[in-house]
Amino acid sequence: MPPQIKRLALLFTIFIGCFILVRHFLVPKSFGKYGHYRADSVEENKSAAVNYAGADVCTGCHEDIAKTKADGKHARIACETCHGPGGKHIEDPSSFKPNRPKGRQFCGMCHAKNAARPKAIPQVDLEKHNEGMECYLCHKAHSPKIR
Amino acid sequence: MDPLIQNLYGVLTQVQGFIYPNEAELHWSLLIVLYPYITGLVAGAFILASLERVFKVKAVKPTYHLALLTALAFLICAPIPLNAHLTQPIRAYEIMITPHLTSAMAVFGFVYMWYLMVVLLLEIWFDYRRDFVVWSNEKTGIMKWIYKILTLGVTDISENALKWDDKLGRFITIIGIPSAFFLHGYVGFIFGSIKANPWWSTVLMPVIFIFSAMVSGIALVMLLYMLISLLRRVSANMECLDTIGRYLLYALILDFSLEALDQIHRFYEAEESFEIISLLMSGKLYITLIVVQILLGTVVPLVTLGLLQVYKPSEQKRRLIYWMDSALVLIGIFAMRWNVVIGGQLFSKSFYGFTAYKIELIGREGFLVASGLVVLPFIILGFLLWLMPPWRKEDGREYLKA
Amino acid sequence: MKNPRRNFLKTIATITGGAIAASVAEPFNALLYASSFPGKNVKGGSWYGMGIDIDKCIGCGRCADACKKENNVPREPFFFRSWVEQYTIKNDGEVKVESPNGGIDGFKQSVPDEEVFKSFFVPKMCNHCYKSPCVQVCPVGATFETRDGVVLVDDKYCIGCRYCVQACPYGCRYIHPQRKVVDKCTLCYHRITKGMTPACVEVCPNGARIFGDLNDKNGALIKFLKEHTCLVLRPHLNTGAKVYYNSLSTEVR
Repeated sequence: MPPQIKRLALLFTIFIGCFILVRHFLVPKSFGKYGHYRADSVEENKSAAVNYAGADVCTGCHEDIAKTKADGKHARIACETCHGPGGKHIEDPSSFKPNRPKGRQFCGMCHAKNAARPKAIPQVDLEKHNEGMECYLCHKAHSPKIR
Repeated sequence: MDPLIQNLYGVLTQVQGFIYPNEAELHWSLLIVLYPYITGLVAGAFILASLERVFKVKAVKPTYHLALLTALAFLICAPIPLNAHLTQPIRAYEIMITPHLTSAMAVFGFVYMWYLMVVLLLEIWFDYRRDFVVWSNEKTGIMKWIYKILTLGVTDISENALKWDDKLGRFITIIGIPSAFFLHGYVGFIFGSIKANPWWSTVLMPVIFIFSAMVSGIALVMLLYMLISLLRRVSANMECLDTIGRYLLYALILDFSLEALDQIHRFYEAEESFEIISLLMSGKLYITLIVVQILLGTVVPLVTLGLLQVYKPSEQKRRLIYWMDSALVLIGIFAMRWNVVIGGQLFSKSFYGFTAYKIELIGREGFLVASGLVVLPFIILGFLLWLMPPWRKEDGREYLKA
Repeated sequence: MKNPRRNFLKTIATITGGAIAASVAEPFNALLYASSFPGKNVKGGSWYGMGIDIDKCIGCGRCADACKKENNVPREPFFFRSWVEQYTIKNDGEVKVESPNGGIDGFKQSVPDEEVFKSFFVPKMCNHCYKSPCVQVCPVGATFETRDGVVLVDDKYCIGCRYCVQACPYGCRYIHPQRKVVDKCTLCYHRITKGMTPACVEVCPNGARIFGDLNDKNGALIKFLKEHTCLVLRPHLNTGAKVYYNSLSTEVR
């Protein structure tokens, strides 16, 4: 066998050997368990923090509001839809208060007149309907009726 | 404000029609335009070199070693734009240890290693080994050791050993041809296999990439040969230039036919994406596609090189034409990569609008870095030509025949 | 003196053959890929999907807002795991699509009533495809389909090559500007595996989003599919999308 092939065979064997060795130490331990990915990542994805607690949890402390809501048109709407995530509030109720929606634009997000909105939802032209007034002066948010 | 966010607010003002909200950010930037350009040059230069080694086209012999060293210089630079583009470059090794085999991109690490080590480095080594031995005996000091290391300890330069060099070198070149196609063809497949993007998704994409690579590589070697001959104050061999010009013409004809076929087919079928793509071609891509890539980069060289096969003007005129054509082709093929990569991201996947690409000047994916990456291979080539000058070689194969 | 014509033909044949060989070798990867929907119809296992009722979406944008708040998505208008689009089809046939800040700040009607032929809202999100092109193209295995049908990203493994962003036909992926990896809707995996619903479903005031288990024959999602004529987005791309739209109009892409 010519010297070139002998020398090259040796060098390539060493190179491939080193590669296999290094690879063994670099591949993450849980890789390949369920598929071509790190199985540990499934658990990592599961362990992200939960910020929206769910309406049932709010009812636990705010029974009276829940009762008012259940009788009105907003019955099926979750508390956090308007008040934002309540997770932190549940952990420490006094130091973190959920958002109290203000301004006509907020109610307008659902109720502003828009051709794309299904007709089933009540809509008003915000520029014409009692311009400048806060919505809550006439409508109670938890049970929207004219006061 | 974060420069990326600032850039994106600027892009938002230039959005036309509707884009998915996540499409404001153009993901594959100038660096990804550069990568196929560089590997294309590698593949093309190698094919030109193999013309002499395998297909015995004697006339291009003066460019054989230059083509190989050019391919090496550009290949060394090829992973740089890829790595600079990653948002997690330190994790780049993952592609070597857990390549996902359903992904065309995963083969990059291995195809690159294969092509670099088994094809290019070995071919150069088989070709230069005798010279390394001779030079290591001639020189003193550190250069002596450098050449000694480059011999890899195989210092036998008997006639039998040289015969083996020649045989093995030829064998490697034969393997190298499909390897070169794979090195660049897989990039075409990366684009061609994305069904979500109709500008990229075509069966012809790998083939178009390969042929435009050959065009650019041949043009590069032609240009470098003339440039280096000028710098060395020698005359570039005219028969060699004429032959390279002829092969450039053949490659251009094939490349132009394929791209024309792709467009004709798109125009004829006029499927869902046709309207937005027509707007793209006549609007945002007008200058880079119609003017630079097609007119200047393809039609002008095609016509001039074609005419040269029929009318043969004076040597001086032909040299000028070769200077002009090789430069135009190189610019045209860069524009082609731009049109494929950037063009494919300028229109929304909803087909309802366009986003914009605002190139930064500084920054990892900015214009300055890209310019540096274009210059770097030439610097490396200069070093390689100094280390392994083709004109100071006693060609082992000619030595054999003597 | 060898025949130059024969040499030329040999050259062309080798080049063409080489090119064809190279382009044929790659696609066989796809065959390896197509055979793996582990969770579908597995007894005792879940196979999650979503239903979206376009007839019920009022375009309030609370879902897009809640998604960002639940998952710490940057508030800038370039990064969305879920968003809402407003479609307005004019009487002359022109289609206008808008999604200002993904719908988080609500929508304005931009075409006067008399010019409107039809108009509706379409919520969008990751379709959690079971033949996902984004999973197929990831070069390192940083994105994957779980055995219960959710497409997730391994943010410790992603290298940020952005191939998956290009491959997704629905535009649902983005690069997180701070974490510098790919991010996208996870179907609130951290919630659904604790028996909760995704944040977007939790806050939808009109029940336009329906989360469910496709393996649960008595569940809400199967009921939704039985009672409505549902379509997926981009069916011709055969992605195996698992977000089913009721009343999906032909203009929606």
